[in-house]
Amino acid sequence: MRAVVTADPILRARGVNKSYGALKVLHDVDIDVLPGEALGIVGPNGAGKTTLFGALAGSFPVTSGAISFNGIDLTGTRASDRCQLGIARTHQVPRPFLGMTVFENLLVAAQSGARLDAAAATGRAADVLRRTGLADAANRPAAALGLLDRKRLEVARALATGPKLILLDEIGGGLTESELIALVDLIQSLRSEGLTIVWIEHILHALMRVVTRLICMSEGRILAEGEPRDVMANAEVQRAYLGSSPE
Amino acid sequence: MSRAAIADKIMPMPKGDKLIVLAAGLLLLGLGALPFLAPALIVDKMIMLFILIIFAVMWNLLAGYAGLISVGQQAFVGLGGYAMVRMVDAGLPPFPAIFVAALVTGALAFVLSLFVLRMKAGEFAIATWVIAEVIRAIVSFDPIVQGETGTSVVALNAYAPEMRRMTIYLLALVSMAGAVWGTWALLKGRTGAEAQAIRDDEDAAASVGISTFRVKQRIYILASVGCALAGTLWLASSITFQPRTGFGIQWSIFMLFMVLVGGIGTFIGPILGALLFFALQEIFGDFGAWYLAGLGLVAILFALYLPRGIVGLWLDRGYNEPLSMRRRLKLPRG
Ligand SMILES: Nc1ncnc2c1ncn2[C@@H]1O[C@H](COP(=O)(O)OP(=O)(O)O)[C@@H](O)[C@H]1O
Ligand SMILES: [Mg+2]
Repeated sequence: MRAVVTADPILRARGVNKSYGALKVLHDVDIDVLPGEALGIVGPNGAGKTTLFGALAGSFPVTSGAISFNGIDLTGTRASDRCQLGIARTHQVPRPFLGMTVFENLLVAAQSGARLDAAAATGRAADVLRRTGLADAANRPAAALGLLDRKRLEVARALATGPKLILLDEIGGGLTESELIALVDLIQSLRSEGLTIVWIEHILHALMRVVTRLICMSEGRILAEGEPRDVMANAEVQRAYLGSSPE
Repeated sequence: MSRAAIADKIMPMPKGDKLIVLAAGLLLLGLGALPFLAPALIVDKMIMLFILIIFAVMWNLLAGYAGLISVGQQAFVGLGGYAMVRMVDAGLPPFPAIFVAALVTGALAFVLSLFVLRMKAGEFAIATWVIAEVIRAIVSFDPIVQGETGTSVVALNAYAPEMRRMTIYLLALVSMAGAVWGTWALLKGRTGAEAQAIRDDEDAAASVGISTFRVKQRIYILASVGCALAGTLWLASSITFQPRTGFGIQWSIFMLFMVLVGGIGTFIGPILGALLFFALQEIFGDFGAWYLAGLGLVAILFALYLPRGIVGLWLDRGYNEPLSMRRRLKLPRG
């Protein structure tokens, strides 16, 4: 069932290039993310998926290209401005604020990203903690969390900034089947509240339950794009996957 | 997202902390009365203690809470003193000059921040030290300073010694209390939380909407004004300004010692560290070079046996950090 596209994209990237020295990681990437959609991104390791997120979130300057959000040109804007505009990201390798508690990680995100006052930020942080299953860990130091809880914290902290668009980078890896179901439920409920989602994920069966559209990247380019089933059936996609790390 | 039926709250200050605050308030009142009762020697020593506490609290704010490891805060100690010399020379009465000079130094810290805060940690530390040396050299060229000979704020001699001592004491007491309380308020607010996030991971901090440069700049300028104020108070009590002492690296060494020995990144630690440092200075200060070796020895002993500093005495026994900055969420029914 394909959604009829009428709305303007919430995020639009045109001709995005990113090089590290001689290594070209993104080649002329064009992407449109539609408001309220759940877009999946797959591709072998090293395809440039995480780098694409960095480019969209403003984590580093791109070599060339234009990115706009809700019609606002993001060229030259910093990561913090983009977050305040409504773009939140998680990090594939979690980067918690280790000297703070789990709750404080969320509190500062709500205060800075969403510009909430202390009382409202406290309420937001507590709500997000409950939704992401971190409530019991609220007052533990972030440094005491294991990898899975740190990944949860990444999602929770991004949500606390009150985003319109959230970029999720491999948050499903290492979860048990029941944890994956809870994660899929969470993402679906976020989407039903109007949040736009872009999700990079290797756990395909979880991803396929959520996304309405899929992009496959390989070697810094978009290889295929469209209906999830069609993309996965694409011969080039199959080759890109078989050519590298198998699932 | 719907709000919970019972509003979520941050836990109020623990009872023990409230007692500490109450005791500190009473102590401040007592200290206010001290110069009317104690001999001049004690009053002078207490001025030095207040100055040390300001230094410790400021360096902790900078390094412990914002991750800005500077070894060049003496730039602002010296600049504060120099600005005061200049202002008094231009006719400003010395007591207001203590504060005006510190604020003017803040303007210079703003300019410097545009350069140093773009650097990574290692470069930043070195740059702060180099800048302090460069400013010292420039200030030494000012004829009024007379090179390394230095100059005196002679206008201070116009006041009767008792009156002067008492005024400086009270100004130092108020400044110290203001620095401690101001740091507390700052750290309890959004800027404090943002600074700690930057300290832990600057890129991640930016990704949650923190304007990292602006927050670091705010902290850097505040800490610089604080150090400048300590510098002007010190000049007011010692009267003589020499570039070599005003801009001396020893200020940074003192700050590091007090903060590390007390407990970096804790609120109460550096204050306790300042008390310990003050006591060591009183006991061993007359032993010249041995005194510095002794300080080094104490620092090594702490690194080996109490790496978290004096505050580690609580933490290592499983007690909560006194006057902790941690915000704890009060979860409904446990
Ligand atoms: N900071 C960096 N410096 C140099 N090379 C990098 C950097 N970040 C990523 N790369 C390279 O860019 C390529 C794409 O990486 P990445 O975006 O992480 O891929 P993916 O997320 O699809 O696995 C890889 O070859 C990686 O080594
Ligand atoms: Mg990746």
